[in-house]
Amino acid sequence: MALKTEHMVLNMGPQHPSTHGVLRLELELEGELIKSVKPHIGYLHRCFEKHAEAMQYNQVIPYTDRMDYLAAMYNNFGYVIAVEKLLGIEVPERVQYIRVIMGELQRIASHLVALGTYGLDIGAFTPFLYLFRDREKILTLFEMTCGARLLYNYMWVGGLSHDIHPDFQRMTKEFINYFKPTIVELDNLLSYNKIFIERTANIGILPVDTAINYGVTGPMLRGSGIKFDLRKDDPYSIYHRFDFDIPVGKGLYGTVGDCWDRYYVRVREMEQSLKIIEQAIDNIPDGDVQSAIPKRIKPPKGTVYSRVENPRGELGYFIISDGNTNPFRVKVRAPSFVNLEVMGELCKGHLVADVIAILGSVDIVLGEVDR
Amino acid sequence: MYQYFYNLLGNEIAATLITAAVPLVNVLLVALIGVYLERKVSAHMQDRLGPMRTGWHGVFQTIADFIKMLQKEDAVSTEIDKKLYNLAPVLVFTGTFAAYAAIPFSSQLIGSEAEVGIFYVVAISSLVVAGILMAGWSSNNKYSLLGAMRSAAQIVSYEIPTAIVILSMVMLTGTLSLDKFSQMQTAYFWNWNIFGGADFGLVKFLLIPFMIVGFIIVFISTLAEVNRTPFDIPEAESELVAGYFTEYCGMKWAMFMLSEYGNMFAVSAIVTILFFGGYQSPVGYVGDLLGADWMIPLEQGFWFIAKGWFFIFVQMWLRWTLPRLRVDQLMSLCWKYLIPYAFVNLIIIGFISLI
Repeated sequence: MALKTEHMVLNMGPQHPSTHGVLRLELELEGELIKSVKPHIGYLHRCFEKHAEAMQYNQVIPYTDRMDYLAAMYNNFGYVIAVEKLLGIEVPERVQYIRVIMGELQRIASHLVALGTYGLDIGAFTPFLYLFRDREKILTLFEMTCGARLLYNYMWVGGLSHDIHPDFQRMTKEFINYFKPTIVELDNLLSYNKIFIERTANIGILPVDTAINYGVTGPMLRGSGIKFDLRKDDPYSIYHRFDFDIPVGKGLYGTVGDCWDRYYVRVREMEQSLKIIEQAIDNIPDGDVQSAIPKRIKPPKGTVYSRVENPRGELGYFIISDGNTNPFRVKVRAPSFVNLEVMGELCKGHLVADVIAILGSVDIVLGEVDR
Repeated sequence: MYQYFYNLLGNEIAATLITAAVPLVNVLLVALIGVYLERKVSAHMQDRLGPMRTGWHGVFQTIADFIKMLQKEDAVSTEIDKKLYNLAPVLVFTGTFAAYAAIPFSSQLIGSEAEVGIFYVVAISSLVVAGILMAGWSSNNKYSLLGAMRSAAQIVSYEIPTAIVILSMVMLTGTLSLDKFSQMQTAYFWNWNIFGGADFGLVKFLLIPFMIVGFIIVFISTLAEVNRTPFDIPEAESELVAGYFTEYCGMKWAMFMLSEYGNMFAVSAIVTILFFGGYQSPVGYVGDLLGADWMIPLEQGFWFIAKGWFFIFVQMWLRWTLPRLRVDQLMSLCWKYLIPYAFVNLIIIGFISLI
């Protein structure tokens, strides 16, 4: 007589050490083998888009901080670019340079969290603390610039909230010199670790066509081998002036588009960000960072879609203006949200432990997924 | 050991009590110092300071934690299997503690000079598996169950390579007694089994490479048996929250913790006895120089504990350096690599010992 068997449903999250926030995954298991994964979201929904309709244009900026709280600078960046496009104002050179430097520092800081927590997910505790130590130095730079360490409200429509500190350039250069060897250290400690490669190579392979069909962007898409980066392909601000490469996944230890590739793309992107900062840091022109800030933001009727390359992918702001001081509608295309959708596809046929590895490599921020 | 204390104190009851108390005190001390050391070792490896506030460099941190554990409310779910749930931590701790009975801390400090010491230790530490399975099942928590299943599979699998290597050592030395193991590797460190044993000759040099292989196999598999990184899959906190003891808190949780550290020392002791001379000093005894015989057992105790702590340190070192393997990789490491190599090693050592 055959025994009646059924699949076990395991509820992972919203309180779980490695769902990176309040994500809930409904796993259907056969033993430890995944049969299906269903992500449930919405535990951190704060009605950003509805709130934005009740705010004046500049009042929306602090709310954008709270979406992707690990890359708050970049969220500011994307939003102010969109509003500036709507208003049709030119921003001073100095502001442009500082924005790019801040944006790239933020990218490094965000990737450091992503890589560190990824190591933690795989079970390596030490790289996590090393990377957070380095991130601390970036946060110090932000703190001396605008006083905040996580949620900056730094980039304003037409300018910046504060000019940079007199020591900023020197300390940034010190950071670059300090940080370059630590990337090598990270590679030795984690990236090329045999166990780490065993755990991540050939796991959660994202084929190119699936990636494109799901609209996946950022390091995930580049991990699958597509050279697509908005800083190069649809340049905004002054990114076209800088020389940098776009690292893509090559399947060094497994198949193109596996977890290791996504991880490795982020490591190499940090180097490219350093390269951009190095080119920009000595060329910041003089000027007033607040000279172009409009007294009253009242854009003409119309719509705008503006997109930037956030550390997680394409961050797009779609703003409808009805000619008032408040936006009529602000819609955000959040990269984490779009990237998370592909989870179910990636996890098929893997083990429970791989779900964590895959989720970590997607690098979601729940604040942005739920908004 | 009983005889030593009896001669020392001249009182049967006191001698018996002390004989029983020594391993217990040792387990508690190992846990107490082990937890503190783990924090400090990890902290210094990670550019941190670790506990600094309770006493000098936080030395009383573990004691403070222990008091906190005692005070904690014993919060249990209503859906648990009460009997098994309460029994499990006791059983796990018993398994660990019982193993100490046969471990010779020095030539005088042996709970039981059993002739089948090594066999007894291997057998009694299997009791832990039952405790872990009970904990996982009775918690009525899917994470606990997964953790317990993983743990059972892991510990049972990794006992095989350990047992095979132990078998090869038994074959070589012709004894199952842990005390005799230690006695054979007497005097200086080149007489240790890792360096081919005490007999000087061709056999000694032929044995060295295979002894090293045997040591590596035993060390890896004991690491897996005590669920330490890179084999901490049963309690993989990023996947299973805390594995089989997810639902435990307070003192019951502390029992698991205690037995984890107790186990770490126990397996380090086994490795030490098998390959690194047990309680024998690597460089001779001060007691011999001074002609004070009573000093020798104490010195032996020191060397034994020092060697044990060295291996605990190596375990911590590995834990804070390496990521974690996956279940299937762990199993394939055991069944595809360690067990075949252990068998080959066994056969070769058998041939060499025939010479």
